[in-house]
Amino acid sequence: MSETAVTKGKLAIYWAASCGGCEISLLGIDTKILDVAEAFDVVFCPCIADGKVRDMEKMQDGEIDVCLFNGGIRTSEQEYMARLMRKKSKVLIAFGSCASEGCIPGLGNLHNRDAIFEDSYQETASTDNPDRVRPQAATRVDEGTLHLPVFYDTLKTLDQTVPVDYYLPGCPPESPRIWEAIEAIVAGKLPPAGSVIGEHTTVCDSCPRTRDEKKIKAFKRTWEVIPDEETCLLEQGLVCCGPATRAGCGALCPAVNSPCIGCYGPNEGVEDYGARLMSALASVIDSEDPEEIDQIIEQGIPDPVGTFYRFSLAASYLRRSKQAVADGNGSSAAAADVR
Amino acid sequence: MSDQKFEPKIVGFLCNWCSYRAADLAGSARIMHAPNVRIIRVMCSGRVDPSFVLKALSMGADGVMIAGCHPGECHYLEQNYKAMRRFGMLQHTLRGLGVEDKRVQLVWASAAEGQRLADAIDQLVADVRELGPLQWAGNWEENGERLQALEDIVKEHEEAMEVTA
Repeated sequence: MSETAVTKGKLAIYWAASCGGCEISLLGIDTKILDVAEAFDVVFCPCIADGKVRDMEKMQDGEIDVCLFNGGIRTSEQEYMARLMRKKSKVLIAFGSCASEGCIPGLGNLHNRDAIFEDSYQETASTDNPDRVRPQAATRVDEGTLHLPVFYDTLKTLDQTVPVDYYLPGCPPESPRIWEAIEAIVAGKLPPAGSVIGEHTTVCDSCPRTRDEKKIKAFKRTWEVIPDEETCLLEQGLVCCGPATRAGCGALCPAVNSPCIGCYGPNEGVEDYGARLMSALASVIDSEDPEEIDQIIEQGIPDPVGTFYRFSLAASYLRRSKQAVADGNGSSAAAADVR
Repeated sequence: MSDQKFEPKIVGFLCNWCSYRAADLAGSARIMHAPNVRIIRVMCSGRVDPSFVLKALSMGADGVMIAGCHPGECHYLEQNYKAMRRFGMLQHTLRGLGVEDKRVQLVWASAAEGQRLADAIDQLVADVRELGPLQWAGNWEENGERLQALEDIVKEHEEAMEVTA
């Protein structure tokens, strides 16, 4: 027993701007979690076990063997933790869609801090805030100054903040894929640094539906049709993200008659997920008349950014919507100081 | 903005068979046009992936021109119709991200239409000049508060450590 204890690695699991689903999915590997516990000491995982940041700070640099980091970087506290975990870990893995590509929290990049605060602390129906109180980064009290994390205008992915060794896609990553990754880590059979641990093909390749030539006159939304269960959903006019999305889920959504929404992120070699999906969907439109094409697109896809970049806005080429110059964009001097 | 006069940076994706030759013709016919377009020759307007345009904008282009053969005259039969549809998708998405329509334009110019291409370039440059610089790179930088906050965290944690010791 003591021999295994000596060879045990150290594992940390941390979360930033995320929902906690990644941890649930990790626990979804079921009793295999015991095998994980046999191979690793879980030194830090605030979601499921007590842990203190100061214990991390006291560790030697590189003392943690593997850190699974889920969540995007939205606040100064999260950025601090990303830097800390990077420093203390030999291998840092962007775990799940948020850390890899921003995911749903990344859609906040369509707005900025002021707009998000206005919504959250003022406009919501259950909010009563006549004094327009907003969270302040620093508050003076008798005992000194209290700090809250600074909320950023733009959510960043983990690798836009610190260098990342591997990526595990998915919202959340499917439990069997997590187990495969853990097995690869334990066996030391990891792919070259910087790669995605996962499939190198698309959801379409794992989808059992029959595919034929795609020519559609209108995009339909899921509530408008009950699709037939055999034919490709895209051929039936539903906006299915399968052609652009990495496999790994086993085409779960098409299997239950629902189009792929793209949670497994871009396939290998794709830099901008939305661009790939736009390309794929544009190709199936059956029209050569510019006006009709515009009409098909505008009626069928009322929310293009939310459709094409539902999971990947923060990691796309443009990263966010255009900000007015006065919207908290800092001086270029402050910006140049980054990293 | 600054005192310097704004000169739009435009990236142009021109198809090999029509629009690039139109540019050649404009050159050999000494047709004057704005010098702001950096031309990249592609085999077909259908080769222009939306990611090319997005990347150009993200890296500092103020506008993008996609130019190809007239509909029905594509060297590859119907790929310029694909360009047309992709362009529609792209415009629809760019609108959602706050990029003005006139920054990205789709132009048809045959190999005989040097004047038409020159006019389209002038028009695009004039449109973008009116819209002003895009300055996308840096659109996601945070203000100075961020660096101060990161320093404060370290300081606070150090102080907290001392208390327990």
